[in-house]
Amino acid sequence: MSTDLASRPWTGANREYDLAKELVVALLVVGALVIGLAFAFGSPDEPSITLQTWAKAAPADFVSTAAAELAGTSGTATYGPPYNSAADGQTIGPLNLQKLGGVRIPVDTAQAFVVGPLHRQVGTAEVTAALSAWDAASADQQASWAGAYSDAIAAEPDGDYTKVATGDYGPAPALSAGLLAAAQAGGLDGALGAQGQFFSTDYTYPLLFLADGAYLEDQARAQHLGGDQWGMMNETGNYPGQSWLWLYTFWYQIEPFSSSDNADAWVWGLMMVLTLGFVLVPFIPGVRSIPRWIPVHRLIWRDYYRNHPRKT
Amino acid sequence: MTSHVEHASTWTGRLRDRFFGALPPDKLLPEEQPAYVASWIYVFGVATIAALAFVIGSGLVLTLEGPLWYHSSSVGHYVNSVHLWSVELFFLFMVVHLWGKFWMAAWRGRRAATWITGAICFLASVGTAFTGYVMQTNFDAQWISTQAKDGLNSVGIGAWFNVLDLGQMLLFHVALLPLVLGGITVWHVLLVRKHGVVPPIDAREEETTS
Repeated sequence: MSTDLASRPWTGANREYDLAKELVVALLVVGALVIGLAFAFGSPDEPSITLQTWAKAAPADFVSTAAAELAGTSGTATYGPPYNSAADGQTIGPLNLQKLGGVRIPVDTAQAFVVGPLHRQVGTAEVTAALSAWDAASADQQASWAGAYSDAIAAEPDGDYTKVATGDYGPAPALSAGLLAAAQAGGLDGALGAQGQFFSTDYTYPLLFLADGAYLEDQARAQHLGGDQWGMMNETGNYPGQSWLWLYTFWYQIEPFSSSDNADAWVWGLMMVLTLGFVLVPFIPGVRSIPRWIPVHRLIWRDYYRNHPRKT
Repeated sequence: MTSHVEHASTWTGRLRDRFFGALPPDKLLPEEQPAYVASWIYVFGVATIAALAFVIGSGLVLTLEGPLWYHSSSVGHYVNSVHLWSVELFFLFMVVHLWGKFWMAAWRGRRAATWITGAICFLASVGTAFTGYVMQTNFDAQWISTQAKDGLNSVGIGAWFNVLDLGQMLLFHVALLPLVLGGITVWHVLLVRKHGVVPPIDAREEETTS
């Protein structure tokens, strides 16, 4: 039986096969390829966007984002786990793994992204007064001020914060303008990342704040990196990127995933099932028989089959 | 002289007997292979290992100089390019190797663990490469990490594996995942040597004698 034969040590014809020589030749050939490809094509290294860059290039987007962080209406503020409990997060039917993960990286957007960094700056008298007013107000009052200001900015063409209608915005405009000034001066990048510490290797806060604005995505879309442009498996320039993520990224391009509010959870759930299937191929009836049904092996072992024709 | 094969009484002796019993030297480093091992598809396994050697070598140089070095040094940028292209070739060779093994139904004859360790190598490689992409400290890292967080958060993984935390990603990329990948790769290769190369589908008993 062939199964038993595959289980036993091979007793048939052998041929000389120098594994060490094969490895050395492989190292030489692959090394030449790698060195040549690196020399010919290099690698992409588009500089990162600083908060200063963003604040200077798109101040309206920056201020509207800051106002939304104060109002608690930004993407991060309404995200849910692991950042807060403002939402339950995505589900796969009745299964809510996002909520099960818990709020392990708590983010109070108003404090973390706006008020806290401004407190750590040497601000103008106007900003100092605005901070005092904000800190003294109740949470409801803060939300009312910032919400009204955020809505007023959104009502203006192109979100022009300099032309908002008069309203009861409290210190929200001064805080947003103060944050813009600090960012434009280059003082926010360090303040937001380090959060008052000397050392920092955690960029959760600045990256969340940056991603809450439209500027980062605008730059990414210009580089053909949007979610509906096969998103994160690509990288800037004409480089292959993470092409091995094609199947994961593929699901986001088609229905029902492309229009689902729970697309991430469903795609991850699907990929987990497919991954388990991939690992367990030897035990899955049908799948493990595909190589017999589609005889690519006749090509791989063509010399063997030519020398050992099937007896009829 | 006492035979250690029959009389090993220490843990060390038993470990030695078990290892060299399963993998005697002529099985670990044979000079011959079955005659059917004659196809270009067999080259892609060792090509994957060769590419991995360049991934590790260029990664070690980048590690010595630090994660920001390649932004400001032309030498650093070239080493980063070597790292990138060795990773691309590593995946290309590995995927061809995997497909080859699939069409050979290479899990036959108690070789399921070899397939499984190979599949886990692929998955660990995807994870290791991903952490490399999010720790590039450039625009790509900003975009990829802020996009990827949503998928990871949606299934609860993001609560523990925070792609926005550069320090965590850096350590995953240069320490934890390479250790896991290296360990499973060694295990995979030892299993290949232990069980040998799978014979052709439907090879028959009478054909096994030369």
